[in-house]
Amino acid sequence: MSTNIGKYTLRLDKSPSITGSAAIGGKKEAEGPIGKMFDIVNYDALFGQKSWELAESEMQRQAAQKVMDKCSLSPGDIQYLFAGDLLNQIVASHYGLRELGIPFFGLYGACSTMAESLILSSMMIEGGLAKKVMAITSSHFCSAERQFRFPLEYGGQRAPTAQWTATAAGACIIAENSQPPYIKAVTVGCIEDKDIKDLNNMGAAMAPAASTTIKRYFQDTLTGPDNFDLILTGDLAQVGSDLLAELLLREGYDIKKKHADCGLILYDRATQDVEAGGSGCGCAAGVLCSYIIPAIREGKIKDMLFVATGALMSPISVQQGQNIPGIAHLLHLSSTPNPIQQGGNA
Amino acid sequence: METVTNQSYNQMVKKASPPSKSARNIPMAFLVGGAICTLGHALIKFYMSMGVPEETAFPAASITLVFLSALFTGLNIYDKLAKWGGAGTLVPITGFANAITAPALEFKSEGYIMGLGAKMFLIAGPVIVYGIAAGVVYGVILYLFQLY
Repeated sequence: MSTNIGKYTLRLDKSPSITGSAAIGGKKEAEGPIGKMFDIVNYDALFGQKSWELAESEMQRQAAQKVMDKCSLSPGDIQYLFAGDLLNQIVASHYGLRELGIPFFGLYGACSTMAESLILSSMMIEGGLAKKVMAITSSHFCSAERQFRFPLEYGGQRAPTAQWTATAAGACIIAENSQPPYIKAVTVGCIEDKDIKDLNNMGAAMAPAASTTIKRYFQDTLTGPDNFDLILTGDLAQVGSDLLAELLLREGYDIKKKHADCGLILYDRATQDVEAGGSGCGCAAGVLCSYIIPAIREGKIKDMLFVATGALMSPISVQQGQNIPGIAHLLHLSSTPNPIQQGGNA
Repeated sequence: METVTNQSYNQMVKKASPPSKSARNIPMAFLVGGAICTLGHALIKFYMSMGVPEETAFPAASITLVFLSALFTGLNIYDKLAKWGGAGTLVPITGFANAITAPALEFKSEGYIMGLGAKMFLIAGPVIVYGIAAGVVYGVILYLFQLY
């Protein structure tokens, strides 16, 4: 069974496995550094649909179908579905996954949703409440722009701190301990508000939450950056990554050599015109499901922390002058499971 | 626990955030905005050379610019021009046309009444409202001055 370590961290002693993953991307994502690793690339931003929202739903549908195909599963084999996206009332998930007939939990964690859904999935497997569950999230540049910012054709300059919402989806199957990657421990984040109001600087709004969650994990497990090959944040992009490194350095943890950010992996900032880097649920989900999970499975990455971050505002709260709180959820992913019986972390 | 206060964090954010590239943006705005205005003036000259009276040539040039802006918005070109032009594409009448056309295109998916019709003024609406309000205030001031 799971063991509480310290105040915030839960060690999953049975080490549930991520037995399959699938990633869907758009044109810009396909042109990026890891573009070739996506399972499906759609060069039509509308995905053959009538609206951007339906396009995002279609992307989730494709991600769910692809991961089931890769694992030779049918919807009947999956007991629960944890899903979310950025749209109001998470309609991309609701419409995209409605035909599967799998018991469904809708989540909103902004861009942290991939980690949130994986944590809940792994807890469910660890607790013996299910044999197989699916975690899935998405974001679409066009649907996010019109909801959070301006119409696509509106002529405006983006701030250098702004981020580019990824058109991508990722889906994972989580099952009982069988193969790497294993989920060894999780730390659920708290909502953190550092008085940031700038909608064009999400990395700054989320970095403190990432710093706190990572620090808590290190303190709870008596580990540090040296115990990991990689500390991968979700979508802090350049500004947020710099801030995270500085915040953790003040706490005594130098993560610079181990840290990478999905928002900086998904796109090439020099050529792809994404300003500070990528963002969105699909950014962390796409990078994790296309690039990271296979790398752990092949043993290229042994122990890593996946820390997806979310900015928890709405267009209305921002217009009303409210701060942008952030959140970060952490998973310790590994190529080896926790030792049976009382084992510490790597 | 709280080693970094909100205030000191905001200082850190300011330091970590790159500023807008003014050295590039301002000259580009001057050039692109200037080019659009030159085009407008060329249109006025053109219409007048065609025998259009001056007081009609001015609005005709404006209408042509509005049409071109809406057309280029629809062709996905205006937003790309604006990325370089910045304020140069925003300030002339073409910027206003773009601000109306872009939401009209974007929100058509919610229908012609509550989508296109209602959301068309999403960006330009405040400009119209406060533009008219400022016009009224200016008119009142002008009226009062003329009384004395």
